[in-house]
Amino acid sequence: ENVDPQRTAFLLRKQWTLYSVSPLYGFSNAQLRDYARLLSAFIAAEKQKGLAVEVGVELDIKVAVSSLPDLKGSDQDQAAILVQLSSRSPASPKNSEEKLVWLGWFCCVAGDDLSQNVPEDFTCLPLFLANGAESYTSIVGSWFQKTFDCCFRRLAISPLNLSWMAAMWTGCKVEKTASAMELVFSVPCLPQPLDISYAIHPEDAKALWDTVQKTPGEITQEEVDVFMDCLYSHFHRHFKIHLSATKLVKVSTAIASAHCDGIVKFLQSQYLTGVLMLLTELAISQIQ
Amino acid sequence: MQRRRSSKTPKQPLQAHSKNQTDLSAWRKEGTIEPEKSVQDNQPPKDQKNDSNQYTLEQALSYFEKVQDRVSLKKDSVLQKHLTTVESIALQRGLPPEAFDVLLNVALSGKLADTVNTRLLKSLVPASVIPENSVVSSVSWLCVSKCSGNIQLLFLRWLITVFDFIDHKEQLHALYGFFFSFLQDEKMCPYVCHLLYLLTRKESVKPFRVRRLLDLQAKMGMQSHLQALLSLYKLFCPELVTITLPGKMKTYFKNSEGPWKAAINAIRRRNQENSPVSQPLVLGTAQPQSRKRKWNTQLIIPASSTNKNNLEEDREKKRCVDLYSTNESFPVEQLQTFSQLLQNIHRLEFPSQMGSVLTNPLLLHYMNCIKDESIYLRLYYWMGQTLQEECTWCVADNIRYEEEFKDFLETAYKTQCFLQEGFSSCEEFLYKSLPLWDGFCCRSQILRLVSWIPLSSFSEMKSYLYDPLAQLFFTSSLYFKCSVLESLKELLQNWLNWHVIHLDSESDSQVHSSNTTLSGLVNVVAELIHFVGWISTVALRLENNPTFLLYFILDFYETVCDMYLRYDLPLLIMPPAGVFYPALLSMDSVSLNQLCYIMYRYRTNLVAAKENEQSKKKILQFKFSSQTYQEYNQYIIAMVGCLWTSSAFQKDIHPQGLRMDDELLKKTTAQEFKTSFNIVYHPAMMGYAVLFLQQAWPDDTTFNFSLIKGKKWNWYLEYLYAQGLKGLKVFIESSINRVSQASHSKAGNVQV
Repeated sequence: ENVDPQRTAFLLRKQWTLYSVSPLYGFSNAQLRDYARLLSAFIAAEKQKGLAVEVGVELDIKVAVSSLPDLKGSDQDQAAILVQLSSRSPASPKNSEEKLVWLGWFCCVAGDDLSQNVPEDFTCLPLFLANGAESYTSIVGSWFQKTFDCCFRRLAISPLNLSWMAAMWTGCKVEKTASAMELVFSVPCLPQPLDISYAIHPEDAKALWDTVQKTPGEITQEEVDVFMDCLYSHFHRHFKIHLSATKLVKVSTAIASAHCDGIVKFLQSQYLTGVLMLLTELAISQIQ
Repeated sequence: MQRRRSSKTPKQPLQAHSKNQTDLSAWRKEGTIEPEKSVQDNQPPKDQKNDSNQYTLEQALSYFEKVQDRVSLKKDSVLQKHLTTVESIALQRGLPPEAFDVLLNVALSGKLADTVNTRLLKSLVPASVIPENSVVSSVSWLCVSKCSGNIQLLFLRWLITVFDFIDHKEQLHALYGFFFSFLQDEKMCPYVCHLLYLLTRKESVKPFRVRRLLDLQAKMGMQSHLQALLSLYKLFCPELVTITLPGKMKTYFKNSEGPWKAAINAIRRRNQENSPVSQPLVLGTAQPQSRKRKWNTQLIIPASSTNKNNLEEDREKKRCVDLYSTNESFPVEQLQTFSQLLQNIHRLEFPSQMGSVLTNPLLLHYMNCIKDESIYLRLYYWMGQTLQEECTWCVADNIRYEEEFKDFLETAYKTQCFLQEGFSSCEEFLYKSLPLWDGFCCRSQILRLVSWIPLSSFSEMKSYLYDPLAQLFFTSSLYFKCSVLESLKELLQNWLNWHVIHLDSESDSQVHSSNTTLSGLVNVVAELIHFVGWISTVALRLENNPTFLLYFILDFYETVCDMYLRYDLPLLIMPPAGVFYPALLSMDSVSLNQLCYIMYRYRTNLVAAKENEQSKKKILQFKFSSQTYQEYNQYIIAMVGCLWTSSAFQKDIHPQGLRMDDELLKKTTAQEFKTSFNIVYHPAMMGYAVLFLQQAWPDDTTFNFSLIKGKKWNWYLEYLYAQGLKGLKVFIESSINRVSQASHSKAGNVQV
C-alpha cells in the first residue's frame, strides 16, 4: 500500500457512486487519447441530440482519459483509468480556466478472482466510481458499454457488508484525532421513514474491537457479528431499542464512509487501496 | 461524421415478421426489400382478417387512383368509406409501399378538399418502406403548387419524419436544388432547412448556396434552422463559411414529428410482438432504493452495429501492414440476407455489442460457425448482468416491467433453441433466482429456460435446481406439476442430444478418451431421472393419480426407456413402483397403452444391451446392473399376470407389488378377482370389451364377458389393435410367449 498520497489526494473527500463493470472487451491502455477524443465527440453528439458533430475539434466539454498506475493491489491488476470531464467557459474560449464537471474512474484492486479467468482481449476493471451529474455518468457509461461491450450496474452494499466495513475500519489506526464513528439505521415498515443515528467515540469503538478480534490482520464473520451485537446491546441498555431489527444503511468512520445505496467517500489516503480492495471484491461478486 | 438519422430513427424499416427463425425465408432480416421484389411480398401476413382488410384497402386505393373531380366529403359516402379504411389500416399496421404513390398523388394534386388531403397525409404511416419514386413524384406536385400552403407544410413535415423509411435516396439527392429553392417561402423555410440538413452531403455545399443562406440570414435574422444548416455546411466546407456560429443551441429544428411518430412506434411494437426474436426491450429498474429508473438499467438489446473500437488510424496502419489481404471487414449493419452472410463470412465482424446477436438470426448462424471463447464470454457477461438486473422477483420494484422481462426470457430461450445449446449465464441466473421464485411470475418462460440448462458434471445440481424446484412442485397446482415434468423431459432430451452430437465428434478424433466424462454424464442423467421418479411418485399420491399427470410422467419415461438405443447412452432406469403400478392399474386406456409401449421399449433396449455384452469379448465399461434386469422382470411378471394370465395376485414378486394372499382376497368378497385386471376386465379396457361384445353379439344384452375366450380372444385382440392401442400390440407381441394360438390361458411372459 505504498500509494503516493499526493497523487490520489483528489479522490478523497468526494462522494462516489459505485458501479460494477463487466470486463471491457478490446480495451487498450495505449489508446487512451483516442478514447478521449471519441468520447468527447460522443458527449457533444448526445448533448446536441443527434446533430452532426466533427470528431477532434474543440468542443465545450473536454475529456481527458488517463491512467492511475498507483491504484493497484497486485501485479495482475490493471492500472486504474481516470476519466475527467471539464467545461470551457464559452465567454473566453482560449486559455481560460477549465472547470472540472465530472470525474469517474475504473479500478481493480486485488481482483485476481476475475482477471485470472478471462482471456487476454478482456480488461478487468470491475469497479467504477463516479462523481458528478448523473447525466454525464449516463453518457460516459453508455459510451463504454457500446465501445467495449461491457455492462454497468449500480453496486449496492448490503447491511452485512456494511457491518464488515464498520468492524474493519474501526480497527484501523488514524494519526490525527479522529471523528466519531457513526452508524445509521433505518427502521422498516413505518409510515414515515425513521433513521437512528448511533455515534461512538472512535477510541471506544477501537477498544471494543480489540477485545473482539482474536488474530490481528484477520477478521472472521463471527468477530464482526460479536462486535455488532455488543454495539446493539449497549444501545438497547440505554434506549430499549433492538437495532438488530432495523437495517444498517450507513457507516461513517475516519477511514471512509459508505451508504447502502452504493455511495462511498474516502477520507484517508493510506487506507484507500484497502477500502478499494473490499469494494472490488463486492463488484466482482456482482459480476460473477 | 454522424448524421442525425443514425440516432434518431430506427435504421430498419419495419415489416411484420412472424415466421420462425429457422425458416429459410426468415434469413432475410426484417425490412429489407430488394428493388425487384414484387408488391406481393410486402403485403402483411395473410391471415383471414388481414385478407379482408387488404381487399378493402385495395378498393380504396383504386378509388383514389381514379378519383377525378372535387368530391365533397360530406356528400359522398363512398369517399368517406374509403378514407376511413385508409386511416384505420394505416393506424393498425401501416400502409404497404405501393399505397404511397397513389395517396401522395391524390393528396398533393389538389383534386380533393384540404380536409381530405390532410387526413390522407396524416395516415401515411409506413408498414415497411416508402418507395423513392412516390416521393419524387410528390415533389413534382409540390413544384407546380396545386395544393395549398398548409398541405405543403404538412407534406414536408411528413417527409422529415419518415425520411429514414424511404428505400433509396439517390434521386431525392438530385432534387436538392428544388428543395433549396423552397427556402424563399417564409413558412416552409424551417422545414425545408431541416430536410436539407438531412439531405446535405459534402458535394451539396456550393458557394452560391452559402451566399443564399447568408442572404436569408441577413433578411430574416438569426434563425436557428438556418444556423443549423450553415453549421453543417461549415462542417463540410469550412473554407466556404467563414462566419462564426454560436456553438450551443438547444434545438435547431421545430418538432415535425406530427401524428406519425406515435403511429410508427405503435406499429413497430405490434410487429415485434409477432417477430420470432423480439427487438428492443426496455428493461426494468434495479436498485431497491431508487424509485426512478436509472440510465444504466434502461437496457435495450442493442442494435447490431459495427465495432467502432478500431480507430481510424488503426485501420490505416492495418491497411499498410497487410497489403496482401484485401479483406476489409463487412459491416454488420449491411448484413441482411443469408446469401450475404455466405458471401462475406470470411470478413464479417461481430457487432460492438454482442447482445445484439439475440435479435439477429444471421449473426446467430455466424456465431454457430465461429467458436470463439470471447464471443461467448461477451454474451455471457451481458446476459448475466441483464438477467440479474431485470429479474422481476429478485429486485423490488421491477414488477412493473414483468412483460418486458418475459419477452427477454423468451428471447433468451429462443436463442438457445436456435443455437441448440444452453447459456451458462441463464443457468447461473436460474440457480440464483429459483430459490426466490414464487413459481408464478414468468412461469412458462422460466420453465423453458430450465430445459436448456447445459449438461455438465456440476455436482450441486441438487441444491441449486432440484431442491427449489421440488418445493414449488409439491406446493403448486396440477398444471404446474405437469409443466415442470414437461420441461424436465425437454431438459433430458437436450442433454441426450448433446451427448449424441459429442459422441459423433469424438469418434472422429479417435484419440479422445472420455471415460471420466462419460461416467460423470451418466451420473448426472441418472440423478435427473431419479429426481423425476421421486417427484412423480409423490405427485401421483398427492393428486390421486389423475390421467393428465400420468400422461406427462409416462411421456418422460418414453425418453428414458430408449436412452440406450436412441441416444447411445449406457444407462437404463426403470420407473419406480409408485409410477409403474398407478399406470398399470389406471382407469384410462391411454395410460395403460403408454405403459405397454414403454415396457416394450425397455425390453428392446435391454435385449440389445445384453446381446452387446455377450458379443463383445472385452469387458464393457458400462454394464447395466443386474438390478435393472431384475426390476424389469418383476414388472413384466406383474404386467403379464395382470393383463394376460390373470395371476397377478399370486405371481407378482415386486415388494411393492400386487401380491396378496388368497385368504385376504376372499375377505374382499370380490368375485372373479383373478381375472379382474386382464385385458377384458381391466377398468381401462372394459369399455372396449363392452363395445366388442355389442359388435360380436348384437342380440346379447347381458354383457357376458366370459364369452371372450379362445378364438374370440384373438378377435378381441385384433379389435383392440384396430382401436389404436398400438402400445398394447407391440407389448403383447414382444413380451408374451403364446404357447398355443388356440388357448390364451397358457401363455407365459418373456423375461429378459
